[in-house]
Amino acid sequence: MSCFNFLVTFAQSDNGVEMATGLRSSGKIYVVVIVLLIIFIGFIIYLFTIDRRIGKLEKKDKNIQ
Amino acid sequence: MKSYWWKFLGAAIVAYTVIAGLLGEVPALPILHESIRNVYFHVPMWFAMLLMYLISVVYSIKYLGSGKPEDDFIAVESVNVGLIFCLFGLLSGMLWANITWGDPWPNDPKLNSSAIASLMYLAYVVLRNALDEEQKRGKISAIYNVFAFPIMIVLLFILPRLTDSLHPGNGGNPGFSGYDMTGSMKWVFRPAALGWMLIGCWIMTLRYRIRKLEYHTDEQSN
Repeated sequence: MSCFNFLVTFAQSDNGVEMATGLRSSGKIYVVVIVLLIIFIGFIIYLFTIDRRIGKLEKKDKNIQ
Repeated sequence: MKSYWWKFLGAAIVAYTVIAGLLGEVPALPILHESIRNVYFHVPMWFAMLLMYLISVVYSIKYLGSGKPEDDFIAVESVNVGLIFCLFGLLSGMLWANITWGDPWPNDPKLNSSAIASLMYLAYVVLRNALDEEQKRGKISAIYNVFAFPIMIVLLFILPRLTDSLHPGNGGNPGFSGYDMTGSMKWVFRPAALGWMLIGCWIMTLRYRIRKLEYHTDEQSN
């Protein structure tokens, strides 16, 4: 029975589907992750500066009214 | 001082999903291969769009009761941001479909319904631009929105389930939650949906605040 289980798990772990394990182990996927993070965080900071500028305009708007 | 914590929370969650989404464990499935990671980025676009449209319909109903222009502004800016997420969802979906289904636009009921739903919300924007008088524009577009929302829900979530669809969880196909989406994937996918929803809300409030400022300056110049 345990031998059968082993066969089943073995079949699941290697079902011939190609995954990017080699790329991951070579470490280069980290470069892509960092590039994505830089772009994303950059956009967030940009969004934040827009938020602040609108905040300043709102203050002015309140003072006028 | 506006509170920023939820904006940075959304950003931090999405940043986490970029890391965990690309480096985390995913099941090795035929056809999908590594492209299963698109679940973390393609599907949250639609979740964010849904939340935007939901906010829009809530504020449209509120506007019909209150008549306050601010409620109308939130309704229209939510649709504007929702349409952007819809566009990203369609584009990323077409790329993914081309790789996994062999065609950027297979005749899938979910795709065709989403196209109709998108056109319906584009029509909302066109309708608004066609009306000049402020109160009339607000009321007519709010009523249109109240009708559009349930039709969008039916098109995206009910009709595709009645027939066969290539999308998981529709028709004869098993859902990701069935066995494709493993436990570890859920801990990336669910935060991703929440994170993009928060970022969507952030952009919507920015657009709303600009619109309110424009409205005030228009009032002063008149």
